[in-house]
Amino acid sequence: MKLLEANGIYGGYGGADILKGATVQVDQDEIVVIVGPNGAGKSTMMKAVFGLLHVRQGEVLYKGKPITNGKPEQMVRLGVAYVPQEKNVFPSLTVEENLEMGAFLIRGDIRPRKEKVYEVFPKLRERRKQQAGLMSGGERQMVAMGRALMIDPQLLMLDEPTAGLSPRLIDETFERIIRIRDLGIGVLMVEQNAKQALAIADRGYVLATGTNRYEDTGPNLLANREVAEMFLGG
Amino acid sequence: MDLLIDLIQLSVYGVVLGSVLALGAIGVSMIFGILRFAHFAHGDLMTIGAYVGLSFIMITDAPIWWALPAGMLGAALTALVVDQAVYKHIRRTQPVILLISSFGMALVLRSIVQIVWGPSVQSYPTGIQRPWWVWEIAIVPTHIWIILATIVIVTALHLFLTRTRIGKAMRAMSDNMDLALVTGIPAERVVMITWLIGGALAAGAGVLLGIDSRLTPTMGWNILLPVFAAAILGGIGRPYGAIAGGLVIGLAMEISTLFLEPSYKPAVAFVIMVAVLIVRPQGIFKGAL
Amino acid sequence: MELAGIAAYLVSFFTFVGIYAILALGLNMQWGFSGQFNIGVAGFFAVGAYTSAILTTPESPWHLGGYGMPFLVGIVGAVVASALLGLVIGWITARLRTDYLAIATIGIAETLRLIVANERWLTNGVRGMSGIERPYADFFAALGLSSAMGSLIVVCAFLVLVYFLVERARQSPWGRVQRAIRENEPAAEASGKNIGRFRLEAFVVGSAIMGLGGALYAHYFGFLSPEAFLPLYGTFLVWVMLIAGGSGNNKGALLGAVIIWAIWSGSEFLMSTALPEALSGHAGPLRVLLIGVLLQVILIKRPEGLLPETTPKTVPFGKRD
Repeated sequence: MKLLEANGIYGGYGGADILKGATVQVDQDEIVVIVGPNGAGKSTMMKAVFGLLHVRQGEVLYKGKPITNGKPEQMVRLGVAYVPQEKNVFPSLTVEENLEMGAFLIRGDIRPRKEKVYEVFPKLRERRKQQAGLMSGGERQMVAMGRALMIDPQLLMLDEPTAGLSPRLIDETFERIIRIRDLGIGVLMVEQNAKQALAIADRGYVLATGTNRYEDTGPNLLANREVAEMFLGG
Repeated sequence: MDLLIDLIQLSVYGVVLGSVLALGAIGVSMIFGILRFAHFAHGDLMTIGAYVGLSFIMITDAPIWWALPAGMLGAALTALVVDQAVYKHIRRTQPVILLISSFGMALVLRSIVQIVWGPSVQSYPTGIQRPWWVWEIAIVPTHIWIILATIVIVTALHLFLTRTRIGKAMRAMSDNMDLALVTGIPAERVVMITWLIGGALAAGAGVLLGIDSRLTPTMGWNILLPVFAAAILGGIGRPYGAIAGGLVIGLAMEISTLFLEPSYKPAVAFVIMVAVLIVRPQGIFKGAL
Repeated sequence: MELAGIAAYLVSFFTFVGIYAILALGLNMQWGFSGQFNIGVAGFFAVGAYTSAILTTPESPWHLGGYGMPFLVGIVGAVVASALLGLVIGWITARLRTDYLAIATIGIAETLRLIVANERWLTNGVRGMSGIERPYADFFAALGLSSAMGSLIVVCAFLVLVYFLVERARQSPWGRVQRAIRENEPAAEASGKNIGRFRLEAFVVGSAIMGLGGALYAHYFGFLSPEAFLPLYGTFLVWVMLIAGGSGNNKGALLGAVIIWAIWSGSEFLMSTALPEALSGHAGPLRVLLIGVLLQVILIKRPEGLLPETTPKTVPFGKRD
């Protein structure tokens, strides 16, 4: 059974559909990347899966159970965490408070979870008393991912985690994502840095105008000449 | 020399008034931060708190300061009921509809006060206040108590916002509502608690104002404009700024009586507010919930 | 009640409806068309009323005046004065968000009320200005009509004028731009419209219309005091009328004025007859409570009002449901 399946999704923001039958599936222990041109509906797909916009047709299954148009709160309870592309930290809260908010729905002691996040992002431990809004773009991205990891998710959804980062930080971020996968967490992400993302991805989808164009393992997609010419800039 | 003494004397009154304004403005700011609308019924929540507190000590014969917790409880519940009965149903539309609704709610609450407690002026049994003379400045004991009560309430609020899970969630929602939803923070619950706290703070302001002067059904409405001025001066949506805003407005209002009719005090607050809006629409003091 | 009594009541009823309808149309210009939130209607109303009163009354030891100007000069003065006030406020608040405009407008209205109540040399303060005449009375007397009837006719004539003006504005390209700005400011800006200017125009015209309403009120009622410009009478009722009728729709504003004034004045009659002795002292607040609750019910159940806005041609997402 797949961890997550979103099959034949149609939907948009009230007007015309942006998604026209897009399909994405994620297994445990794998990194799945959605790439494609601007306006293809990549971020929209993430939002549809997470219940942030209305799915008009199609179904979302989590461990085989239907969760189509579920509330974000319900997704979090199921163990799905989502990191939006921008404005993804609480700027006036400290790093530590941001992490605590991630675990808002968790009953009981959250200190072990915090420790686990600090192990993945040691820098956050140093900076835990600092206001998140005052940090650099790369650090904020760590806070955002750390916040998402606080629920001990089985599926982590990342919307362009490397947007606006320097090349060095991009490499670092991808390394961390691999580490997260190795903890046994499924990762579904949208990426603009398509080549690098596919290089670390177990599988990838190429989305265009709201539907799937290609779907294959990361390396195969990278090697696919049509994909390279049309979507990866030659 | 006389002018200096007048100035200091008025500054004392200004800090007292500023305390009241600050408590009101924090609530306005918090509600704005989370629900994104200016709550026009806030002054009338103050009135409700003042009257509930008065009734409580009259009925139970309790000492006067018991009016504070009783009034706070009363107004907190009123705010919650108003939210659940009315605001909740229009929250999904534009915030401006909430603003209209709250304007109407101000009149509804005031009519209820008039029906329950009557239109006449009432007062807290503060007894005869013998001022302490410091140099040539008269300091009335209740003024000290009002300032102390404000410090206690604000400190409690600060601890709540920085130490408790739900308080932090309120700050998070005020920061970024969309992210709060994605994070799984239960918005409805946080909104309800915001109303409870906003109502309680309003009542704190109302009771203290009632102790300082007298109770009338329009007491809260009459002070709403200075409260808004304080919230805007502090940068609306930022409760800590609202404290500073309250003090500045309170001082300005009292000191203005040196050269203006006292009845123009609210206009002084208004003029400062307009000046702030022109110069810095985002408010003067930095900081966030 | 005798027939003559009923007739006199109806004349008074519709005169008030007419005055409130003018205010509601002015508000519709600002809120309904252009989405600018003015809860200081009472301020513009007061400026219009006092301006016309001061310009037209004979000399009085109690307040500024003695200009003895003709009625129409009073009207024009009222319109100009409130338009200027609208210009200043609109200029200050042009690019502010709605909440600030709301607070600023109520602030100016309350400040004006303070001035009216305190500056006795100007307005005779809380004692009020009396002896404001109905300068058109002689004209109607010559036609064999009472001066009250004359007031009704004058008010209706101005109402018709204002209605056609605002209805014309609504259907014009100017009105379409207003709606476009209200619905989607960035898009309107992107299409090269000077948003600040359009908003200011709507605000000033709306303010002028409210000033006209104030002048008509002054001459009909003959007496002005700060009481009449409390937010309840001057602002709140007008808002309830517009929302109940349907904001954005001029016919709605008229309908709302009739219905809400009927409820408001009807409730006075009802409470004076039906209320038990013990509660009779509470009639005033009970009426306010009634209207306040009515507003909440409308906002929850039918926020678009009785006559929802209809959009003439080419405007996206104007219509709800």
